[in-house]
Amino acid sequence: MTIGHTIPIARRLRHDRLMLAACLAATTLAIAVLSALLISIFVQGFSSLDWHFLSSFASRKAANAGILAPLMGSLWVCTICGMVAIPVGIATAIYLEEYARRSRLRSLIQLNISNLSGVPSIVYGILALAAFGRCFGAISSDDPWTLGSPDSVFFVQFPFGRSVLAGGLTLALVILPIMIIAAQEALRAVPVSLRQAALALGSTKWQVVWKVTLPSALPTMMTGAILSMSRAIGEAAPLLVIGGVLLLFSVPDNLMSDFTVLPLQIYNWAGRPQDDFHRIAAAAIIVQLVLLLGFNSVAIVIRQKLQRPLQS
Amino acid sequence: MTTIAPRTSALGSSILAALGLGTAVLIANSALAQATPAPTDLKTLKGSVRVDGSSTVFPVMEAVAEEFAKVAPGVRVPVGVSGTGGGFKRFCAGETAISTASRPITPSEVQLAAANKIEFIELPIAFDAVSIVVNSKNDWTKTVSREQLQKIFSAGGATRWKEIDPTWPDRPMKVFSPGTDSGTFDYFKEAVIGKDGKVRSDVSVSEDDNVLVLGVEGDRDAIGFFGLAYFEENKEKLRAVPVISASGSPVAPQASTVNDGTYPLSRPLFLYVNAASANKADTAALIDFTFTKVDDLLDEVGYVPLPTQLLDRSKANWKARRRGSQLVKDGVKVEGAFASVYH
Repeated sequence: MTIGHTIPIARRLRHDRLMLAACLAATTLAIAVLSALLISIFVQGFSSLDWHFLSSFASRKAANAGILAPLMGSLWVCTICGMVAIPVGIATAIYLEEYARRSRLRSLIQLNISNLSGVPSIVYGILALAAFGRCFGAISSDDPWTLGSPDSVFFVQFPFGRSVLAGGLTLALVILPIMIIAAQEALRAVPVSLRQAALALGSTKWQVVWKVTLPSALPTMMTGAILSMSRAIGEAAPLLVIGGVLLLFSVPDNLMSDFTVLPLQIYNWAGRPQDDFHRIAAAAIIVQLVLLLGFNSVAIVIRQKLQRPLQS
Repeated sequence: MTTIAPRTSALGSSILAALGLGTAVLIANSALAQATPAPTDLKTLKGSVRVDGSSTVFPVMEAVAEEFAKVAPGVRVPVGVSGTGGGFKRFCAGETAISTASRPITPSEVQLAAANKIEFIELPIAFDAVSIVVNSKNDWTKTVSREQLQKIFSAGGATRWKEIDPTWPDRPMKVFSPGTDSGTFDYFKEAVIGKDGKVRSDVSVSEDDNVLVLGVEGDRDAIGFFGLAYFEENKEKLRAVPVISASGSPVAPQASTVNDGTYPLSRPLFLYVNAASANKADTAALIDFTFTKVDDLLDEVGYVPLPTQLLDRSKANWKARRRGSQLVKDGVKVEGAFASVYH
């Protein structure tokens, strides 16, 4: 029996129009709020945006202030975060979806991952300060273990203290659950028949994953990566716990450098009483948006390169 | 990692450099180099001096760090704002070289430092005054006494203006206060309400002084308090209420009244320097620089310079690298006027 037999056509059409109007209203509302926000930020901040702003350090005078230190800090932290969270997240998803047997342990892990994605990020900050920042007090920060020379980019000290490495790893923790869940969804969307075909041809499990499942799931995974990196780049709370630095006149040059990030700088400027600082805070928000688009475009390029139709 | 070709601006290439991490060594010279014993040339001095602590002292350290970066570009001075208490937590764990404070170190913090074998040098650098502010449309609160402030800000105190002074209007009062992590709050509580009293909990609280400015500016029945520097910057939006001094006359918060000690709600601001760091060239250079510039910079950020006599004592203590606190002796806070206690 179809719906048409029970409800008169006029009513169904009215219903149809009503729902269209409701959905359209919802979309308009979302876009209106977003564009109001963006327009006000652009109007306020665009005039302060120039090369000097991008290439100078902060200043107590708004006219001289720039965002070099937080810009480079954000780049470093997010790069480290992406390099850790994306591979680890994808590998975890592959294990859970392709290898792990359906067991109580697996359900427990799954449940925990879902719960962790809802934990407030500041909690990760506190955890990371204890784990990365202080190594749970196991090693004194006065007398750290060092690897490599401070002249090298890959100079590492234990504990990590309040370095870009600690910051990047903290953000990786924050976004890992989201990354894992997104990657799992992507793997689940790959038709079972593809895997079975490959297995039937005598492939090992790893060959199936590497040659068949992963390539077809990767574009969707990249969408997940975009979403999680967008979250990472906007995080301020956990980095406030880890770094706590609001003012810096240097850019990171190795993994152990002090850092500050754009959201912290924006927070600092927006909280000042002078309007000039509100303007440069708006300009910093524009830079932050551009940076976000930059990171996302990397993922979009990867997605486009990899996307190919399933049949062929 | 897949390479992509972004727009070839200099910013784009520096983004790529950071993305590659491997090439990022190009960005700047090396850091964290161990400071050599006595280099006199600031231009070539390298090092790192971590500063954290009071949000009240932040504008001063911001100015100092910015000017210092111009003369000593190789020394990194990251400045954090964890609050006086939060800053001391890091300082007493040996994580920072300089802790800024808007109140003296407490006996328990001295203990913590001692437990971690951290020795420090105590250096007052300026005065701040807590200003009591009301809405500019408030035409009844001409002056305020310590007793009235107690009624306004302590737990179980007045909720209507009339309860404080019968000539004031019968309207509800809205109280604004800095957060409990701020040195301003600590100082105000001790100076006005006393050690054992409690500040009322039914108030609008913010760690961000700007939020307090907005709150008081927007409500005719509002009263709040924050640092003098913040009031100076918002003079046209708010009104500061003169406070009745010990001699019985009302005193407005101003540089002159803070400096001669007549304004009752003023306090010294401090730098606490890790004694081990003080022997390093980078930290020593930063503190020396701070003392040569402090008066000009204080004027700029709205704090009150120390009277010459006190500043000289502070400088002498720095020169002698005098360890320990003058304000906490044998685990007990030293009572008395700051100028007579610190020497």
